[in-house]
Amino acid sequence: MDLLERAPIELKSWFLNLLGSFGVPQGILSVLSAVIIIGTVIGVFLGLFALMSVMERKILARAQNRYGPNRVGFFRWRLFGLFQPVADGIKMITKEDLVPRTSDRAVHFLAPVVMMIPALLVLAILPYGRDMVPAELDAGILYFFAVGAGTEVAVFMAGWASNNKYSVLGAMRAIAQMISYEIPLVMAAIIAAMISGSLSPSAIVAAQGGFAWGFVPQWFVLTPWGFTAGLLFYIAALAESNRSPFDLPEGESELVAGHLTEYSGFKYATFFMAEYIGMFAVCGLLVTLFLGGWQAPLPFLTIIPSWCWFFGKVCFVAFTMVWVRATLPRLRIDHMLAFAWKFLLPMSFAAFLSAACWHYAGRGPLAWLLSLAIVGIPYLILGTAFTNRFAISRRTYQFSE
Amino acid sequence: MNIPGSGIIKGLAVTARNFLGSYVEKDRLTTEQYPEERPKLPENARSFPFLVFDGEDPEAGMRCVSCKICEKECPPQCIYIVQDRDAAGKAIKRPKVFDIDISVCMSCQICVEVCPFESIRMDQDYELSSFDRFGSLVLGKSRLLKSNTYYRNIHPTEAAETDARLEADRKKKEAAAAAKAAAAEKAAAEKAAKAAVEPEVKA
Repeated sequence: MDLLERAPIELKSWFLNLLGSFGVPQGILSVLSAVIIIGTVIGVFLGLFALMSVMERKILARAQNRYGPNRVGFFRWRLFGLFQPVADGIKMITKEDLVPRTSDRAVHFLAPVVMMIPALLVLAILPYGRDMVPAELDAGILYFFAVGAGTEVAVFMAGWASNNKYSVLGAMRAIAQMISYEIPLVMAAIIAAMISGSLSPSAIVAAQGGFAWGFVPQWFVLTPWGFTAGLLFYIAALAESNRSPFDLPEGESELVAGHLTEYSGFKYATFFMAEYIGMFAVCGLLVTLFLGGWQAPLPFLTIIPSWCWFFGKVCFVAFTMVWVRATLPRLRIDHMLAFAWKFLLPMSFAAFLSAACWHYAGRGPLAWLLSLAIVGIPYLILGTAFTNRFAISRRTYQFSE
Repeated sequence: MNIPGSGIIKGLAVTARNFLGSYVEKDRLTTEQYPEERPKLPENARSFPFLVFDGEDPEAGMRCVSCKICEKECPPQCIYIVQDRDAAGKAIKRPKVFDIDISVCMSCQICVEVCPFESIRMDQDYELSSFDRFGSLVLGKSRLLKSNTYYRNIHPTEAAETDARLEADRKKKEAAAAAKAAAAEKAAAEKAAKAAVEPEVKA
């Protein structure tokens, strides 16, 4: 089992040693090592994207008592429609690439590229398994948010360059949404960093290692403040990756497709891909910060390699995102912004305070109760106020009655 | 007190129940897997008209007598009929050409209502797409003519009614013919009798 655990690393070093024995110079080998890591990470995430694009449709279909895509197969083998992404890809590539005549051509072309780059760059700092971090950064969490903010520029570039009212409106909404939700997102991440005393993702995962009483995992999500922060992070992540119920920038009922209105063919596919890879990245960060990263949930389950646990948890979080999409309708823009500023932000402060009290009260049963009270009471007050504020009441008509 | 957020949990439970239930209870999935599974169409389902023939040979058993009532009544004028003529150029009670343009037809069934010969009826075939916009959508006699057995299969009640009416008509006609024959015989016999009597009178 240890062999399987270290298989990806061993395979790479075996390959490099093989090349080294043929007299390939050391400089080229270190570059090649980086290329192998980058290629593997991008390949795995592109595969996840392809799988997600078909699984999301199937899960949504099942939630509505339908079959979902089940036709596209390989020659006569149907394979439950798992080859759907291949058909989608061929369709996207062969589609005409339409560019509006009045658009800013250079920016219009660059927007999908600029969108893709941060989505791929943030993958560098995630710990995929034991000793499996592509780039070991001391301030990895900071790097994630600093680079990840680049997608906002890309969204606005796309909206502005299209020279279309729906595009620019969608882009404005996306910017308002992303900036609003960035704050609870970062606040939630700060809490995890604060408790583990480091901004390095590996150190945060290490702080969640071990088992209390020999079987209860020490994941942050299993504490009151960690659960709150994790939930806040999850909600903000939904908004950051423009997913339902926060998919207003693409609200087709009012905005056609938002900033994607004037995109077609491969550029649209690139946007789509960047959005999904960004979603996986933020799921990966959620897993790293709160769900124990690559740690196994029970001691005897450590025989399953750590990287399997990481990707399993990422897929689980992605599944819950689809589940939420199948359940909740789209919010209205003012409700959404009010939710970010009037509910998520105060709650993130409460979680912050709760985590601090938990730490200074000695992390024992008393600390547990104290931190539960510190997040629970504001939640009840704010939540009740919020539900009453937006409660559906009987509509009265001023003139017709 | 209603705990805030409980509504979302309830909603998630509903979708989860549907998601998991669709794998367990087959009744939940109402989608028909079309090319493999086909719906049993209700008896009154109709697509486009076809022509009924009796017996085995479509040309010989054709009920249509080329009266052109349907052609005149058709609101979108999708029916085109040319009457057949024999070698001498005399019109025969049979269409030479009978075309229905199903790209024009609106499935109103008026042709069926007006046909006095129970010849034109509504079909249930709905797989009529073709690669050609015009030619393949104009159905000629060869594609329109379908046997009475087929008609009985797709519209059992209606076909039984039609068959009963046709049978009654046939019996009435037979009876009328028999009566006519009997009357003619009687007249002939009377005439003969008269003829037999008259010479005697003359004599």
